[in-house]
Amino acid sequence: MPYTLSPDETIGLDVESTEYLKDHVQAPDRWVLNFGPQHPATHTTLRIVLELDGERVARATPHIGYLHSGFEKLGEHHDWNQWVCTASRMDYVSPIVNDIAWHHAVETLFGIDVTPRCKVVRTIMAEIGRLQNHLLCIGAAGLDLGAFTGFLYGFNEREFIYDIVEYVSGQRFHPDWTRVGGAWRDLPDDDTFVRMVRNFIDVRLPKAITDLETLLNRNRIFRDRLEGVGTISREDAIAWSLTGPMARASGVRRDVRKDEPYLCYAPNWDGEGADPVKFSVAVGSKGDCFERYLVRMEEVKQSAKIIDQLIHRIPKGSMNVGADSKAVIPPKGDVYGSIEGTIQLFELVMHNRGWDVPVGETYTAIESPNGELGFFVVGAGGKYPWRVRCRPPCFMNYQCFPKLIEGHQLADVVAVIGSINVIAAELDR
Amino acid sequence: MAAAPKLDHPSLPLVKERFADVKFMATEFRGQTTLVVPAEKLHDVARFLRDDPRCQYNFLSDVTAVDYLDYPAPQPGRFAVIWNLVSHANDRRLRLKVFMNPTIDTTGIDADPALIVDSVTDLWPGAEWMEREVYDMYGIRFRNHPDLRRILTWKDFPAHPLRKDYPLRGRGEREHYQKLARDSA
Repeated sequence: MPYTLSPDETIGLDVESTEYLKDHVQAPDRWVLNFGPQHPATHTTLRIVLELDGERVARATPHIGYLHSGFEKLGEHHDWNQWVCTASRMDYVSPIVNDIAWHHAVETLFGIDVTPRCKVVRTIMAEIGRLQNHLLCIGAAGLDLGAFTGFLYGFNEREFIYDIVEYVSGQRFHPDWTRVGGAWRDLPDDDTFVRMVRNFIDVRLPKAITDLETLLNRNRIFRDRLEGVGTISREDAIAWSLTGPMARASGVRRDVRKDEPYLCYAPNWDGEGADPVKFSVAVGSKGDCFERYLVRMEEVKQSAKIIDQLIHRIPKGSMNVGADSKAVIPPKGDVYGSIEGTIQLFELVMHNRGWDVPVGETYTAIESPNGELGFFVVGAGGKYPWRVRCRPPCFMNYQCFPKLIEGHQLADVVAVIGSINVIAAELDR
Repeated sequence: MAAAPKLDHPSLPLVKERFADVKFMATEFRGQTTLVVPAEKLHDVARFLRDDPRCQYNFLSDVTAVDYLDYPAPQPGRFAVIWNLVSHANDRRLRLKVFMNPTIDTTGIDADPALIVDSVTDLWPGAEWMEREVYDMYGIRFRNHPDLRRILTWKDFPAHPLRKDYPLRGRGEREHYQKLARDSA
């Protein structure tokens, strides 16, 4: 049966109707448009019920949960290392950042301080993840507005990031790279890693930035479509719990890397008085879609700067914490060659043993590309977490979407979704 | 043996001074302080923490809940709702926690009169979806919430899945879900 779209308030769309919607269906010339969940411009499975007055959005009601897969429930049945595979699959645009965030949270709960080498490599990979995410977001912002070229400028360079991620972790897309107290493998070869990263930030990235900026920054269509669209003020951004580039574009000076520093963003990260990495926090003022694009672009440059400071300072030594921490499976040589190594291996792999887990709870956040990605972890002394709560930045950022779009045109819906950079797998978990 | 908690969070004396007749509990672990608040005082305490010029917790980072069914350490209640507050001005975090005990069978979805707490959406509008998620996952309702519906599962879902008495593999919702044929859709 063909659908008829007519201006009629009795349209039988299943909108899980609520009081919230009913109030506004009164106007006779309104019509309802169901946007998604399968729509190319939503990037993933999002559904928005739009109530339109002509082409103007009078009311938008997001319905989420189409990708809900019970990640937090799974976390209560996976051990402290296993769940990293699930965490990787949340924000799949920059999965390595999730790995780092998860094990950073676990190490905070356990009270483990990772080695300086691990901190440096993790910081580099976290910034590479940020580049990975922002390049897609900036490119897709162009794509949604019809500039396919911009998308390819951004997406093409991500291929080189995948190569680096594969070199470090063994997998291109879902690295599952970190482990409690370190990583599952050390870098195969420092020089090759340095060469790959240098090639990316010295040769590939500047060209991509120039291409994107030349194409977009003064592009009449791009600016007309983004400027003044989806504006949120500084006060509202704080009240609506926005973080990351979205908050900073509205003028909120908040970056977890500066305010609650961790890894190499913290002073004295190597125990010998090293300075934290130097970078500037990009802060906008207007809070519209174009400002968010600019903030992301500036963060790309700052990330490259951070990597540049660290890439030649990767300390020698062990990637994993030592045997006395009882957190990591020792190298095979130690297992076969020393009684302590054998004991430690058995302590970790035996069913009734495992990590020395405290009975307590911590919340630890890092600055992911989309904002504050935090894990609230409750330990119960056992092999598995008692509770794993992920604070997904997309969830809080997407929540103010109706506020951003109401009053704008239908075509602005995709522009605003693109500028929020909603990743539904993280949104729904 | 864990070290004794260091209760030196600067906001604790202020709360104690303002709410002298209320019984609080506080705990600290790894430098993070949690303040346990009686459910009926939660909204007042949250408003005080947001508005007092010495506290200024202007940002609500997260709202979540925990089910402590058979938790190894004894807890004052089975469910806990947790508000994670951040003060941008003082660069400080504080967690508020409210414990509650169910009065009816927790395997169902009937509204439990004991599992309810004031919504903070009037203080931080961003709490709206987070509270909806807590309601969806734990069945804890929020008084004066503008739009308390399920958010991640669908509206007829017959359980609150993050409760500890809900099995990991579900109760057959997936296997018995009604399939629609193309011509009946």
